[in-house]
Amino acid sequence: MGKSDSKTEQTPQFESWGRYPQFHADVVPLHWATDFPLKPPPGTPQLPVGLGRSYGDVCLLENGLLLQTAGMDRLLHFDPATGMLRCEAGVSLQQILDFAVPRGFFLPVTPGTKYVTVGGAIANDIHGKNHHVAGTFGRHVLRFELVRSDGTRFVCSPIENPEWFAATIGGMGLTGLMTWAEIHLRPIVSRRIDYRGDKFHGIDEFFALSHAASSEYSVAWIDCVSTGRNFARGIFMQGDHSETPGPLTRSKEPKLTFPFDLPAFALNRFSMAAFNSLYFHKQLGQQKVGPVDYEPFFYPLDAVQHWNRMYGKHGLVQFQNVLPLESGREGMLEILRAITKSGLASFLAVIKFFGDVPSVGTMSFPVPGVMLALDFPIRRHVTFELVDRLARITLEHGGRMYSAKDARMTAAQFQAFYPQWRDFARYVDPGFDSAFWQRVTGRRPLDG
Amino acid sequence: MADQPAVAAPRRVLALGATSAIAEATLRLLAEQHAAFFLVGRNTQRLAAVRNDLLTRGATAATTFTADLDNTAAHPAMLAHAATALGGIDLAFLAHGVLGDQSEAEKNYAAAEAILRTNFLSAVSLVTWLASYFESERRGAIAVISSVAGDRGRKSNYVYGASKGGLDIFLDGVRNRIDRAGVHVLTIKPGFVATPMTAHLPKNALFAEPARVAKHIVRAIEKRKDVAYVPPFWALIMLVVRNIPRRIFKKMNM
Ligand SMILES: Cc1cc2nc3c(=O)[nH]c(=O)nc-3n(C[C@H](O)[C@H](O)[C@H](O)COP(=O)(O)OP(=O)(O)OC[C@H]3O[C@@H](n4cnc5c(N)ncnc54)[C@H](O)[C@@H]3O)c2cc1C
Ligand SMILES: NC(=O)c1ccc[n+]([C@@H]2O[C@H](COP(=O)([O-])OP(=O)(O)OC[C@H]3O[C@@H](n4cnc5c(N)ncnc54)[C@H](OP(=O)(O)O)[C@@H]3O)[C@@H](O)[C@H]2O)c1
Repeated sequence: MGKSDSKTEQTPQFESWGRYPQFHADVVPLHWATDFPLKPPPGTPQLPVGLGRSYGDVCLLENGLLLQTAGMDRLLHFDPATGMLRCEAGVSLQQILDFAVPRGFFLPVTPGTKYVTVGGAIANDIHGKNHHVAGTFGRHVLRFELVRSDGTRFVCSPIENPEWFAATIGGMGLTGLMTWAEIHLRPIVSRRIDYRGDKFHGIDEFFALSHAASSEYSVAWIDCVSTGRNFARGIFMQGDHSETPGPLTRSKEPKLTFPFDLPAFALNRFSMAAFNSLYFHKQLGQQKVGPVDYEPFFYPLDAVQHWNRMYGKHGLVQFQNVLPLESGREGMLEILRAITKSGLASFLAVIKFFGDVPSVGTMSFPVPGVMLALDFPIRRHVTFELVDRLARITLEHGGRMYSAKDARMTAAQFQAFYPQWRDFARYVDPGFDSAFWQRVTGRRPLDG
Repeated sequence: MADQPAVAAPRRVLALGATSAIAEATLRLLAEQHAAFFLVGRNTQRLAAVRNDLLTRGATAATTFTADLDNTAAHPAMLAHAATALGGIDLAFLAHGVLGDQSEAEKNYAAAEAILRTNFLSAVSLVTWLASYFESERRGAIAVISSVAGDRGRKSNYVYGASKGGLDIFLDGVRNRIDRAGVHVLTIKPGFVATPMTAHLPKNALFAEPARVAKHIVRAIEKRKDVAYVPPFWALIMLVVRNIPRRIFKKMNM
């Protein structure tokens, strides 16, 4: 019963956001940067994890040790003159916002949920609605400390150990444990976002709106259920941080929790068609303009904790890809047709243009082009066949899929999407592994 | 920013066992109100991390001091040094403690004694000095983390329970002595909290996060409460547990 022993028999299972696949590993909570390295029995693989907001298996491992970093949540230094924040890797973006917004600062890049850690944000080199101007999260990382399983510690930055810097950003936790990182926050004068929403019908209108948009943030919700006249309708949403001084208060905690797993039949073609219609018509006019708070603008889904339970106990898979500009239109049309035809799409689908700001990481996902992301409830082979089909279309059009969201790429697909993987593999810590990495290097077969 | 406190927030805080997860969460809230800290713990590297965190969050100053609090002989000099360094103490917060190994303590007195030394005797030594200090200042507050485990002897952790139960009675007495001198003595009784101390236990709905417990602790300090169960629903649970007749309790598997 000592506090620092690593007895882990009864520790609970760690799930990813999609709740598929599921593997049992022992969870070892780390509270201090000095808690690592551990001395696991020889041959026991390890993997750092943040808050498990990845959808697939990049944050999973079978029969190994998951190093849970959320207890390493200290802020170590902040310089209001430059916006530089140094913090431990388990600090969440929510904690950063709680700290930074009242001081007039905001995240340089944020994903669609604030419940991710800094370590997780770097390891997947995440992107946000401002990718076309700001690039990925890794662009705003100044330095971090990397600790290998043999205890070697080194600081990485674009000039110190740059090859490790590039391998670790987007490195899916495989190059070692990040203990702390320095990131660059950006100033704001208000919580408010000047918002504008435009309805569109069809992909060409989406392309036109994207090209015309001048805001820092933009993304579109797209209906992947409706066919015929309503095929590929959506709402193009853009915004900028308000330049009028306004409230800089801390956010309230969300009060709603999705209480239980919804039965599998609840999400079907009809309920999804209804949801999509409701959402499209929620905005009454063709265009809507006005100030909104940053919470609903960036994190609409965070209002309900554990919303993934909506998909029932079989869970969900997410498909996210990017297609290069040249083939983007044709490829996306083919993909959207395949999805609407399947009737499997859910409510949560977004489409966006990535800009040409280069990503820092060797394995980073974003490249210039058009990106699509959406969820599918798992109906075993029906869902898996569709995702495989989408993967093949993506490959044919010279695109790639996002590892952080994936549970189904084959090793051959991954290696075609990321031919640089062999280079990257040289940086993988010999003591580290993940269920994802086993799958995409051909050491674990796909089930189902 | 944080809500306006009911009583002026403590400005000069002495934290004993400052690397405890519950202590850290509590000190963060005080840091946001711009307190100055003297942080005592036995691990220098951990103390440095806590110090940086508190300074970043708004602490006006933070000094660290490495000491094993089992060493009671060193307490008076350490506490005098803290009082000088802070320029006077407004709040002394005691958070250190060990859960120990109950089954070991059943067989081996040395293991039982170690639990009592850290949780009870070291606190008695610290509070003895602090009570006199604050009594002569005629102000200040002493807040000590005890436990719901001190309310009743359970077969699964009675040595730990005894250390906390003894602490409760000691603090009751100190309160009765120095309350009239204007000194606030707070006995904090957490239920299950998800911290390194309980990392090995399977979690259930009764477990609270340290940040939540910390809010209740700060409120209890501001409201000058005598005893605070944190989160407060534990007061009800323990009311029930305390009233289970002994002839039934002794057959239960708690
Ligand atoms: C609702 C929702 C919306 C999302 N929107 C977006 C989006 O818009 N853009 C986007 O890019 N992503 C998005 N994501 C995905 C999410 O941002 C990423 O999966 C992110 O990496 C999750 O971080 P985490 O802290 O939960 O880490 P986990 O999911 O637990 O882990 C992710 C990876 O980080 C590694 N890791 C974690 N901590 C460390 C560390 N200290 N050192 C080394 N490696 C570490 C793990 O090994 C793993 O490979 C979204 C997810 C959800 C649930
Ligand atoms: N967690 C619960 O469920 C719970 C419930 C009721 C009461 N409590 C009480 O809450 C308090 C804080 O515990 P926690 O839950 O926050 O666990 P924790 O994070 O493990 O904190 C315990 C702290 O006590 C310190 N400590 C132990 N022995 C010490 C010594 N001899 N000298 C100096 N410091 C010493 C430890 O220092 P190191 O960092 O150096 O190890 C650690 O910082 C304890 O008094 C505990 O009994 C906890």
